[in-house]
Amino acid sequence: MNKWLSPRSAFGITLIVVALLGLPFVAAMGGQAWVRILDFAILYVFLALGLNIVVGFAGLLDLGYIAFYAVGAYAWALLASPHFGLHLPIWVILPIGAGLACIAGVLLGSPTLKLRGDYLAIVTLGFGEIVRIFMNNLNAPVNITNGPQGITLIDPVAFGGFKFSGTTQVFGYALTGPMKYYYLLVALAILVIIINLRLQHSRIGRAWQAIREDEIAAKAVGINTRNIKLLAFAMGASFGGIAGGVFAAMQGFVSPESFSLMESIMILAMVVLGGMGHIPGVILGAVLLSILPEALRYGVGPAQMALFGKQLVDPESLRMLVFGLALVLVMRFKPAGLWPSPERKRELGEKRMEVAK
Amino acid sequence: MSANVPTTLLEAKAVAKHFGGVKALRDVSLTIRRGEIYGLIGPNGAGKTTFFNCMTGLYVPDGGGFVFDGVPLVADAPHQAAERGIARTFQNIRLFGNMTALENVMVGRHVRTRAGVLGAMLNNAATRAEEAAIRQRAMDLLHYVRIEDRADDLAKNLSYGDQRRLEIARALASEPKLLCLDEPAAGMNATETAELRELIEGIRRDGTTILLIEHDVKLVMGLCDRVAVLDYGALVIEDVPAVVQKDQRVIEAYLGA
Repeated sequence: MNKWLSPRSAFGITLIVVALLGLPFVAAMGGQAWVRILDFAILYVFLALGLNIVVGFAGLLDLGYIAFYAVGAYAWALLASPHFGLHLPIWVILPIGAGLACIAGVLLGSPTLKLRGDYLAIVTLGFGEIVRIFMNNLNAPVNITNGPQGITLIDPVAFGGFKFSGTTQVFGYALTGPMKYYYLLVALAILVIIINLRLQHSRIGRAWQAIREDEIAAKAVGINTRNIKLLAFAMGASFGGIAGGVFAAMQGFVSPESFSLMESIMILAMVVLGGMGHIPGVILGAVLLSILPEALRYGVGPAQMALFGKQLVDPESLRMLVFGLALVLVMRFKPAGLWPSPERKRELGEKRMEVAK
Repeated sequence: MSANVPTTLLEAKAVAKHFGGVKALRDVSLTIRRGEIYGLIGPNGAGKTTFFNCMTGLYVPDGGGFVFDGVPLVADAPHQAAERGIARTFQNIRLFGNMTALENVMVGRHVRTRAGVLGAMLNNAATRAEEAAIRQRAMDLLHYVRIEDRADDLAKNLSYGDQRRLEIARALASEPKLLCLDEPAAGMNATETAELRELIEGIRRDGTTILLIEHDVKLVMGLCDRVAVLDYGALVIEDVPAVVQKDQRVIEAYLGA
């Protein structure tokens, strides 16, 4: 790799940095709600890249990914809220949350190692539900999770005295809570992008790809498929745990209903729609699928008013209809995802040619 | 062969395997010596590939076992077999189709390299050096089997003969003591078979013992130092080609008399 960047890529990077720095100010013009939507978009990028390790790299279809997010969120909620009267600092909670999620990943991974495809999907789906139901019911006989009421008044992210909630003045600019979280999340997302990129082109990344391609051949060349698969589960889960922690702190509130099956499916849809295993594609998928429904939420109602002068269809159901249609169309016309890796594009393109022959 | 006494590399001791009522292997015992090309032949369904799979840990034998390089092989642990120095190819080629030829061989280096997740994330000097070494070695191996100009092509887009070669290169990447080839000449024409033969002889010259399963009797008899014949899962004979060729039981097994 070249040590010095070419002027063109240096210019590109500068442009991206400026855009990333300025984005929340632009969004803030539409109200803080838009900054919050932006925050969630970045959080989903983080989650989707975590799931991409399991689904995209190792080829293990995981429908219960949200469970690790839940474990991380509840770890933060329990260790930094008045619920137990604990207020541990971030560098204690985040590793604990990631560690617990990692253990949960290994727990899910070990009994499912021999399963593939649909069967694995069903077991992981069950696991995701089990975790959610646990959170829902662990309020008796000993109240651990406070059941369906959830946990409130969770501490925000704070480094020393610097809190990420509330508004602070920085260099004369008023930075709101969501804006500060935005920068934190962007930093975390960049970190996870770098880790993803490095893993992909490493010895471990190749081993994952080999397992995805042909598990028996992978065994024959000496890959310990059990450990390498567990590693994928553990890595993906840890990222989920970290995202969960930040989510809990950002919201100040967690309850089991945030961790439904629908969420797992959304994150998987981001990975698949964007382009499985291709990092830029996954990022695109996550951003689109998190912002598009929100844009529709704000756009559908007024659009009907303008066109017909009255609300014909409930905006909420129309939103999901448009969203579903968009998914179907993408899968029909871009089966490898919106922005697939060059190899995968070739792979699916060729399949179509073979059929045509 | 060299003048010094050949030592045993692999010893199969009364290996048995059955699938339901079918006895695929009946107490097969044989010995492969260091530095030889050892042929394993037999009619279809004789148990050759089953024997291979037991040895490389894909199947767990129902009886008996293997001693490799003086130490017993652990059953049901294919990755350990590779680590101990047994590499194999497959009868129906099993490459990582959507990875490039070079990447396929790089995966083959897995057991001889160390970098873990932490190394990959930090991308420190040791990891980068190892990665460069893996790439270099893989490139050398592609050169060795003479498909270096296909390095960046996806494995599945290679021609049949090149895929066979790539599979051998991937197996060699793990620096095996014993290279097991499962019908490498299947589906090859005369020219390709001749080139393959040259390649196998070259690999042996470079110090790797070879176990060859093959249907092409001419290739086996011309190439191998010793040959074992399986029929209905049992060992018929194990000897030099000249003796095996004349054995009445072998002739019967092949002609079905």
